[in-house]
Amino acid sequence: MKWTLAAASDVAARVDGLFFTMLAITGLVAIAIFVLMIVFCLRYRRSAKVDRSNAPANWLPLELGWTLTPLAIFLVIFAWSAYVYGGFYRPDPGAMPVWVVGKQWMWKIEHANGHREIDELHLPLGQRVKLVIATEDVIHSFYLPEMRLKQDAVPGRYTTLVFTPTKTGTFDLRCSEYCGTDHARMGGHVIVQTPEQFQRWLAGTPAEPTMAARGFDTFRRLGCSGCHDPRSSVHAPDLDGLFGRVVHLQDGRTIVADEAYIRDSILLPKKDVVAGFVPVMPSFQGQATEGDILDIIAYIKSTSSPPSGERGDGLKATREILP
Amino acid sequence: MSAIAATGRPSFLEEGFSLSSWLFTRDHKRIAILYAITITAFFFVGGAAAAMMRLNLMNPQGTLVTADTYNKLFTVHGVVMVWFFLIPSIPATLGNFLIPLMIGAREVAFPRLNILSWYIYLLGGVFVIYTLIAGGVDTGWTFYTPFSTLFSNTHVVEAVMGVFIVGFSSILTGLNFIVTVHRMRAPGMTWFRMPLFVWANYATAIIMVLATPVLAMTLVLLSLERILHVGIFDPALGGDPLLFQHLFWFYSHPAVYIMVLPAMGVVSEIITCFARKRIFGYRFMCYAILGIAGFGFLVWGHHMFVSGQSMYAGMVFSMLSFMVAVPSAIKVFNWTATLYKGSIVFTAPMLYALGFVGLFTIGGMTGLYLAAVALDVHLTDTYFVIAHFHYIMVGGSVMAYLGGIHYWWPKITGRMYNEAWGRMAAIVIFVGFNLTFFPQYILGYLGMPRRYHEYPPEFQVLNLFSSAGAAVLAVGYLLPLVYLGWSLFKGPRAGPNPWDARGLEWKTSSPPPKDNFTAVPAVDPVPYAYNPEVPPA
Repeated sequence: MKWTLAAASDVAARVDGLFFTMLAITGLVAIAIFVLMIVFCLRYRRSAKVDRSNAPANWLPLELGWTLTPLAIFLVIFAWSAYVYGGFYRPDPGAMPVWVVGKQWMWKIEHANGHREIDELHLPLGQRVKLVIATEDVIHSFYLPEMRLKQDAVPGRYTTLVFTPTKTGTFDLRCSEYCGTDHARMGGHVIVQTPEQFQRWLAGTPAEPTMAARGFDTFRRLGCSGCHDPRSSVHAPDLDGLFGRVVHLQDGRTIVADEAYIRDSILLPKKDVVAGFVPVMPSFQGQATEGDILDIIAYIKSTSSPPSGERGDGLKATREILP
Repeated sequence: MSAIAATGRPSFLEEGFSLSSWLFTRDHKRIAILYAITITAFFFVGGAAAAMMRLNLMNPQGTLVTADTYNKLFTVHGVVMVWFFLIPSIPATLGNFLIPLMIGAREVAFPRLNILSWYIYLLGGVFVIYTLIAGGVDTGWTFYTPFSTLFSNTHVVEAVMGVFIVGFSSILTGLNFIVTVHRMRAPGMTWFRMPLFVWANYATAIIMVLATPVLAMTLVLLSLERILHVGIFDPALGGDPLLFQHLFWFYSHPAVYIMVLPAMGVVSEIITCFARKRIFGYRFMCYAILGIAGFGFLVWGHHMFVSGQSMYAGMVFSMLSFMVAVPSAIKVFNWTATLYKGSIVFTAPMLYALGFVGLFTIGGMTGLYLAAVALDVHLTDTYFVIAHFHYIMVGGSVMAYLGGIHYWWPKITGRMYNEAWGRMAAIVIFVGFNLTFFPQYILGYLGMPRRYHEYPPEFQVLNLFSSAGAAVLAVGYLLPLVYLGWSLFKGPRAGPNPWDARGLEWKTSSPPPKDNFTAVPAVDPVPYAYNPEVPPA
């Protein structure tokens, strides 16, 4: 039986700080209430001969006091928790991307260099990581108890988790959103290694094309390049260096080209039409799997100059591997 | 015979003995008893499912039932306990029986709708029983899409129809209560002379009428998508699965208050009676009831902090969830302060009520952890959530329901129950409850997700505690069936007011006659005019 839970991420320490502070506050208040109840129950039991005169039926200052004091405490706790929570979402261009796809009943993980693992996630210690989470079927939830983090995988959209592992070791990975028969078996481990060990692990895996290279393949296989190639006769937006750019849309909105935008543009091409272009692109719903789409995104990403810190697999690298 | 002595007329129980005199009754008191019998049956159906789950979880491999069976067990437990026990529990039984009596009315506003609502409940129940016999449903009581629309191979539509239908029963009950409270109060029964039980059921009725139709629409949309593939929640058809969650929780969070507000009403009546003291801060209690009912509509998004809704939505729903905790805290403080300078006697109903306050305090405070969005990310969908809402709904609502059944038992049946047995059952339930659910808080913090048919071996010790507690709890719940059943036939006769309690329901005979009162009763100028210095009559 274990009674404690390791804190293995930067987030975990902050969440635990809030948790145990609240445990202290609510514990003290609960004990105070229970002691008062017991004292009143004993002192004012019917057989006791005590002074019961002038029993109050209300007292406004007291009532206002115990309305406003909890309110103030609640607001402080709210502000603290919202601050910690906001930290989960701080964008970090230097974070190492890892792609996660949930599927009844396994987690498929893909690293930028193309290495894939199932129900295991290797991460380097101290490196900020950004998990991009998708699902191929129902809603799942990617739960890392020791990291104190959890994020649903939702059909039709990408969700993300950003954190830094702060402890080496093997930690739990579970599915926490009910997803059918083997929900309880859908899980595995997160293995946090020192950066050197992690690099060795990455290098020791059999040679596979990088995600971006696979994405370039898929880009041609599905016929995307037929229109989106700059030399094409069809008038379609050029996708080189698209990722992270601000895109102006037909209806006047602007949007930052992130993973979700690219995914939507593949599956729902009429949703965000780029200004100056005719919406002639067909949907690739049913043709492109979640894995294909992630590869294409990695390919489009690789055509931008990599931001500092991101593992470099630029377009050049991709084109060198390919014949 | 006290019944005859007080009013000179036969009690509502003696108005007819045939089956049809019950099945076609329009008497709110008889309808309350029909409801009590049916919800008790469903309580034991839901309880049996829980017992099998706890047996299965005694070992980490979950060898008693298969994973699919386990998934069906927790689904039926949730569906039956939420819609067929907790939601109708206090309003449809005690509320139906007492609201007209407490406001000095002869009936509810729409007696025919009242019996119709019971038949609608039964029809919904038939669908659920059919679902069970046909092979069950495995979506969880939350029916999340796309699992329920595209992936589950079980009887989803039948179960959803059952819930859809039973919703109309609660809409009609709510409508009836609202009109009854507005239009049928006896002369002199002003709003701030009404018992808190009536206030609580009135607020509940408003929630029922406003929220339940949203559930009905949501379930129809779900069925349309499952049967006809109309794209509403499925992204491949242009829908959005989060839309389902928003609609579902827009009903199902207020539904939590449908389940707990009436319980608060019951507890307020019991504590003030057995402390022989006016309830402390009556007006704040009324405002707190309305505050909980109002804020309760604005917090549904706290069920979706990790669902992929925006960060800002998470923060707003977090803050609003803290707001709804304020009136709940006020009520706990007021109950505690009511004990001060009281003249307290520990009858069975009082033990249930005191147990309620303790368990509701723990359940409410752990709710703060889940409202704190950063903590919820870790705790949501774990056993911490299971423990939290069982403290509110079982430790809270079920304790209060049983307390209320004991408190008004003499009024309803005209007979006293055995006090020693009553106290013992209350204590057994309190101990069993804590043994079952407290370990689940720890399991949740340690990271055990809910709805797991099997689990890592390191969680076994706490699960064994929990299963042992469930066995104690089962004994506690069976005890009242025995001694209350015995009391029905052999219990000593109760007078009109065995507790020397205030309130109009005690000013008529026990059990009351068909039309409740022989003459319009006189209303006390202040509610709960108890004096701790004067011993009860």
